[in-house]
Amino acid sequence: MKTITNFIAVFALAAIFTSCNQNDEGGKSGAMASSAAEKVYVSPGEHDEYYAFLSGGYSGNLTVYGLPSGRMLKEIPVFSQFPTNGYGYSEETKDMLKTSFGMVPWGDSHHPDISQTNGEIDGRWIFINENNTPRIARISLETFETEEIIEIPHSAGNHSSSYVTENTEYVVAGTRFSVPYPQKDMPIDEMKGNFRGPLTFIAVGDDGHMEIDFQIDMPGFNYDLSHPGRGESHGWFFFTTYNTEESHTMQEVNASQNDKDFIAAVNWKKISEYVENGGGETMDAEYVHNVFDHDTQTTISTTKNEVLRVDPRDIPGAVYFMPTPKSPHGCDVDPSGEYIIGNGKLSSDLTVHSFSKMLDAIENEEFDGDAYGIPVLNFESTLAGTVKEAGLGPLHTEFDDKGNAYTTFFISSEVVKWKLDTWEVVDRQPSYYSVGHLMISGGNSRKPDGKYMISLNKITKDRYLPTGPELEHSAQLFDISGDKMELLLDFPTHGEPHYAAAIKADKIKENSKKIYRLDENNHKYAAVNESETKMVREGNEVHVYMTTVRSHFAPDNLEGIHVGDKVYFHVTNLEQDFDVPHGFAVIGANTSELLIMPGQTKTITWEPKKPGVWPFYCTDFCSALHQEMQGYIRVSAEGANTPMKWGLDDEYTSN
Amino acid sequence: MKRSAILMILGSLLLLGLFYFPLWNIQLGAPQYPDPMGMDIFISGIEGEEEFDIQNIDGVNHYIGMKKIPKPAEMWEFQVFPIVIAGMAILGVLLGALGFFKKISASWFLGWFILMLVLGLLGMYDFNNWLLDYGTDLDPKAIIKLTDSEGNPINYKPPLFGTQKILNFTAHSYPRTGAYLMFIGMSLTLVAWWIRKKALKTLK
Repeated sequence: MKTITNFIAVFALAAIFTSCNQNDEGGKSGAMASSAAEKVYVSPGEHDEYYAFLSGGYSGNLTVYGLPSGRMLKEIPVFSQFPTNGYGYSEETKDMLKTSFGMVPWGDSHHPDISQTNGEIDGRWIFINENNTPRIARISLETFETEEIIEIPHSAGNHSSSYVTENTEYVVAGTRFSVPYPQKDMPIDEMKGNFRGPLTFIAVGDDGHMEIDFQIDMPGFNYDLSHPGRGESHGWFFFTTYNTEESHTMQEVNASQNDKDFIAAVNWKKISEYVENGGGETMDAEYVHNVFDHDTQTTISTTKNEVLRVDPRDIPGAVYFMPTPKSPHGCDVDPSGEYIIGNGKLSSDLTVHSFSKMLDAIENEEFDGDAYGIPVLNFESTLAGTVKEAGLGPLHTEFDDKGNAYTTFFISSEVVKWKLDTWEVVDRQPSYYSVGHLMISGGNSRKPDGKYMISLNKITKDRYLPTGPELEHSAQLFDISGDKMELLLDFPTHGEPHYAAAIKADKIKENSKKIYRLDENNHKYAAVNESETKMVREGNEVHVYMTTVRSHFAPDNLEGIHVGDKVYFHVTNLEQDFDVPHGFAVIGANTSELLIMPGQTKTITWEPKKPGVWPFYCTDFCSALHQEMQGYIRVSAEGANTPMKWGLDDEYTSN
Repeated sequence: MKRSAILMILGSLLLLGLFYFPLWNIQLGAPQYPDPMGMDIFISGIEGEEEFDIQNIDGVNHYIGMKKIPKPAEMWEFQVFPIVIAGMAILGVLLGALGFFKKISASWFLGWFILMLVLGLLGMYDFNNWLLDYGTDLDPKAIIKLTDSEGNPINYKPPLFGTQKILNFTAHSYPRTGAYLMFIGMSLTLVAWWIRKKALKTLK
C-alpha cells in the first residue's frame, strides 16, 4: 500500500514538472522557425558537418546519420542478420554471429563509443555492445563494416558497456543481471549473496583487436552504466549499480527499496598491473571471438575456454563503492575527469561526486562499512554537489566545452542544462517524449564539441504521420551553442537508439574506402577475372566461381546441377570503380541476396528443390543494362546424368 | 655566343621532361562521375589519372563498342616517340655544344627547331588519327548504337584540344606538364637562334 502511495506521489510530482514546461513548442514560429530551418539545411550535394552513429537497439545494428540534417546515411549490420547485403547469411559473415550458444541471428545493440587517443575521439573505430547475448563489436570507420565481435563470458545483460578508456587501452563490459559465477543450476531465490556481477576489461590492440584481459569478480548487484575517468582520473572506471537489494523478483519494487545504491570506482590501472605481475586466477569460460579477416574476406571464429578472474579484495585500493541515491542509471564523467555524475533515476536530484574528494576520502579512510568486503566510502566525503530538483527521473548527462552539463529526465520528459561547480539549472527544454540518452559530439571525452546535442526519445506518439501502432523512435536536434538550447529538428530513427556518438566529418571522411582492391582479394573462392570462373563438384556440393562486371555474370548459363545439391555461389565483383556494387539473387533461396562491393567476393548457398531452368539476377541497378544482367541455372532431377557445363556468350566449358 | 649555346642545350634538355610528365590528358566527366575519370598520355603509353581509371573508361566505353585503350605494346607510336624525343634532345645538346666551342651558324639551331616542329605536327596528326579511329571504329555488336539526324553513326572521337560533350560525358582534352616543358624548350631554342643570329651579325 505504501508503494502505491509512493507512485501516486511520483506521478503527481511528474505532473508538476511537466506543467511547468508546457509552453515552449507553440511559441516558435515566424523568424525563429526559419532560422532553425536554415541551421539544419544542408544544400543538395553538400555534406553534413558531423557523422552521428546511433545504436539500433533491438535492430541489433548501428545507424549512421548526418548532422545537422538528420539524414540517415547508412545502416551498419552488427549483431543481426541483414538480408539487405547478406551479412550474417553469407558464408563469409555468418560466423560473425557465432556465440557459445550457437549462431544467434539477432542482438540488442546499445552504446556506441568511438576510439580515443589522449582523451579525444580519434575516429579509428567505433565499438558497440550487445545486451542480450553479451558481446562487444568493433566497427571500422574506413569500411563502415563490423570487423570483430567478442563474446563476454559469465555476463548477462551486457549493459554497462562498451565504453573505452582515454587511449583505447580497454573497452569494458559489465553485467546488468547478476548471475551465478560461473553459471550453475541453483534455486533462484537463493540469489542473495550467491550471484555475482563480473566486470570485464577487454584490451584493445593497436590494430583494434580485442582480447579479454581480466574479469573483476564483483558483488551480485546490477551494473547499469559506466564511464571512464579522464585527465586526472584516467586509470579509473566508474560503474553505476542498482538492485543492491539483490532482489530476484518483482524488481521494479524490490530493487527500489534502498535509498542509495553505489557507483563502483574501479582502479583498472592497479588491477592491470596486478594481472601483469601474474595476479588473478584462470577460470573456465566458454566464449567465441569472431574476427573478419580482410585478406581472405572471411570470418575467423575462435572458441576460447578460460578467462582470468580477479578478486578485487586481493588488491588493496582496487575498488571502492560511492553511495549514490535512488538507483542511479547513467554514470557520466565530465571532460576534466573531476566530476562523476550519478543520475538517480527515481529522484529529482542529481548526485555529483568529486574525484579528488574521493581520493582524499580513500586516503583518510572515510569509510562507511563495506559491501562484501569492498569498502564503501562515506557519502558526504565524496559529494561535490547536488543538482536540486532539476527534473524527474534523471537518466544521462553529457557535457559541452563551456562548463555546462545536460541531463535527460525521462519522467518529466525534458533536457536540463546546468552548470558544473555551481550546480544551478540554467535552461530546460521539453523532449518529445521521454528522453533516454542524449549525445553531444565528443561528450564522452576531454574535448566535447558544444555545437549540437541530440536527445534520443523513447516515446514517439504524434510526432510524425501515424504509421499504425508500431512507430520508429524519435530524435531531436538542439543547437547548444548559445545560452539557451534551441530545438532545430525532429527526425525519426531506426530501431531503438540508446546511446549515440558523433564525430566531425572531417576527421574520418577522407579515410572512407571507395573500393576493395581486387589484387588484394585472397578469398579462397575468388575468381579475379572471367577466365578463372568455373564449377567444381565435391560430392553433392557444387562450388560456382562466378564474376560480375557491368553488365553480366560469368558464367551466366550453368547446367549439371541436381536436386539435392548444395550450390555455393562464390561471386566476385570485378569492378574497381566507386559505388558500383552488384547483387546476386536466385529464385527460392532460403538464405538472402548478396550485395557485393567492387573487389569483394561473397558466397551464398542455394539448395534447389525442383528440376527446371531457374533464373538468377543482379539486384542492384548497376548500369543501363542492369535488367539484362541475369542468367539461368539448369536443375536436373536427382540421379539424372546431366553433365556440368557452364559458359558465357555460348562459349562453354564442361567436365 | 655562349649564351645562345646554353639556351639551345637547355631548351633541348627540356624535351626530356616528356619521359617523366604526361604530354596530354583527356578527362571524362558525367553526372555519375562527379570526379572525372582521366587518362594521362605519355610518349611511352597511356596511364589512368587514378589507378583504375583506364579500366573504368574501358568499362563504360564497351557500351558503345569502343576498343580498349591500347597498351604500350599495341601501338608503334609508344616505341618510336621516346626514340624520336631522345634523339632530338641529343641532337639539340650536340648542336648547342658545337655552338659553345665552335662558330657554327645560327641556322643549325633554327633547323633543329623546324625539324622539331614538323615532328611535333606529325605527332599531333597521328594522335588525332588515333582518336578518330578510337571514336569511329566501333564494334558492330555494340550495345548502344546511336545515329545522328542523318542516320550516320555518332562519332565518339574526343577532341584533340578543348572540351566537348559526348553523350552523357564531357570530354576535356588539354596538354599537360610534358607538353608545356616541350613548348618552353622549343621556344628557348628559337630564342637561342635569334640571339645567335644577332651576335654573329655584330661579329661580322
